[in-house]
Amino acid sequence: MSGSNPLAILFFFVFIALTLGVTYWAAKRTKTTEHFYAAGHGVTGFQNGLALAGDYMSAASFLGIAGLVALNGFDGLIYSTGWLVGWPIILFLIAEPLRNLGKYTFSDVVAYRLQQRPVRIAAVIGTMAVVLTYLIAQMVGAGTLIKLLFSLDYTLAVVIVGIVMMTYVLFGGMLATTWVQIIKACLLLGGAVVLAVLVLAQFGFNPTALFAKAAELNGKQVLEPGTKVVTGAWDAVSLGLALMFGTAGLPHILMRFYTVPDAKQARISVVWATIWIGGFYLITFVLGFGAMVLVGMKEVVGAGGGGNMAAPLLANAVGGSAFFGFICAVAFATILAVVAGLTLSGAAALSHDIWVNVVKGGQASEREQLKVARIAAVILGVCAIVLGIIFQGQNIAYMVGLTFSIAASANFPALVLAIFWRRFTTWGAVTAIVLGTVSTLVLLYCGPTIQVDILKNDIAEVSKQWWYFPLKNPCLITMTLSFLSGIVVSLLTPEPAAEAGFAEVERRAILGALAELGPPATKPAPAE
Amino acid sequence: MSTTDPVHAIAAKRWTIALVLSVLMLAIYFGFILLVAFGKGLLSILLTQGLSLGILLGALTIVSCWILSLIYVIWANRSYDQAVAQAIARTTTPAGRKP
Repeated sequence: MSGSNPLAILFFFVFIALTLGVTYWAAKRTKTTEHFYAAGHGVTGFQNGLALAGDYMSAASFLGIAGLVALNGFDGLIYSTGWLVGWPIILFLIAEPLRNLGKYTFSDVVAYRLQQRPVRIAAVIGTMAVVLTYLIAQMVGAGTLIKLLFSLDYTLAVVIVGIVMMTYVLFGGMLATTWVQIIKACLLLGGAVVLAVLVLAQFGFNPTALFAKAAELNGKQVLEPGTKVVTGAWDAVSLGLALMFGTAGLPHILMRFYTVPDAKQARISVVWATIWIGGFYLITFVLGFGAMVLVGMKEVVGAGGGGNMAAPLLANAVGGSAFFGFICAVAFATILAVVAGLTLSGAAALSHDIWVNVVKGGQASEREQLKVARIAAVILGVCAIVLGIIFQGQNIAYMVGLTFSIAASANFPALVLAIFWRRFTTWGAVTAIVLGTVSTLVLLYCGPTIQVDILKNDIAEVSKQWWYFPLKNPCLITMTLSFLSGIVVSLLTPEPAAEAGFAEVERRAILGALAELGPPATKPAPAE
Repeated sequence: MSTTDPVHAIAAKRWTIALVLSVLMLAIYFGFILLVAFGKGLLSILLTQGLSLGILLGALTIVSCWILSLIYVIWANRSYDQAVAQAIARTTTPAGRKP
């Protein structure tokens, strides 16, 4: 069906040229670590809202949900809602104190009043676990999709994505990454809206007429909860927890709050992100059912990629091959932007947390910090390419769930306890993060996701083993474990200095802007 | 910093509101998820042709995210920011006081 669509390749090159132009412009302005990690704190709340949406709306949420809805109907919507409900939590609990307390990474906040070295090392374990699993998911997705969309070789596709993404991060830092996210978010939202309008035009602009047609063609069950996504009540709750609190523990999302000048702009940026992402997920209802009706379930399955081709095929059906090419290019841009954000947050963790604060005890020159950050970005870029190639052809459907589960079980509990709980201690933080990460990996391995879906063990056989863990997503247990262990260990290892520092944390979480009442940061990014 | 610090009162108020809104969000989302898991019959009811209760509630879950965010932002912009500005003015105006 797709062949090599010349228009898709043309659109794609236009996107690459535009974003590399932005990178060139940003590179000239990226002179300090403040610019490299935080775009000089000069991004507005509105811009950051779009960039957050760009960072967050991965190929999984665009192509994945459209495909899930096209093939399963209602069940796909569980992901649409789950991926949005974390945003209000970020708004209420995380965004403003994070902006006021930290500098470049979320470890800044966790380590604020605790011993720097152990906490930073633990936080980097949590960060890297999230960044690497998410990078694998995105890179394998990139290779597979690009093969489908552009008929390019898988390895070549992974290498291209890796190199372009590294170029953004290496030269343009956060400023270039931010604008890549903004461009991508506009393209994705614009493309999805046009696609939805073209679909709805065939149904008198009445979504229920579209849903009714879907039920008429495929049976009433497409509008009802099924059994494919939600397999049991505990599984549903556990998955829900991971989706909800995982969002609030993703390092590349948290890092974006440092790009705005103050807490108020951080607040505004979450609201805009919630509006864009929520609107986008409402549109996926229409895209998914549209593909079900106008393309057909059989064709969606037949195109390969496990349903991922639903949205591009729909574009072909309602807008012809030019629009198909455009949507393919948007999908590619989506992946590129997300991996750039991930790589930058991983590089910040390695250089700012590990090199500067652990190895050098907080003393390193700007030059040295920038150099280390760029080396870290290259290492991560190469890792992404290599991992993408290693995991080729493997079933990585569980990777995104794993990412969110680790983020919810390792990073989120430590962050919340550090901001809100006076008696939180260094060893409490270390235990919460490390135990959260390790227990998620172990329980996932001992559960049906790996044992049955990946290793193809017989479920009747494996479920008799003493170590078998019955939930597909372990977040319910691991997040509880992380919170409890953090609290218990903190109570067992009292740390007077940390407790005394809480009053300052409380003050700074609220008044943080006070420290920045001086002249506003130079604004490198002109408002569009 | 003693507990009579006005900032402490602002912090307490902020976390109360944040916590209430977070619990509301949790209740709405897990209410929806538990209905999906246990209330299949209920969610399958067709309100009009093509619109099941499940799809409507899914869409409303998304809308509720917007509404809760809006409530928080209106409160924060009107009352919280003002309280913080006053606290900042109080700590900075008397000369020599460390911010």
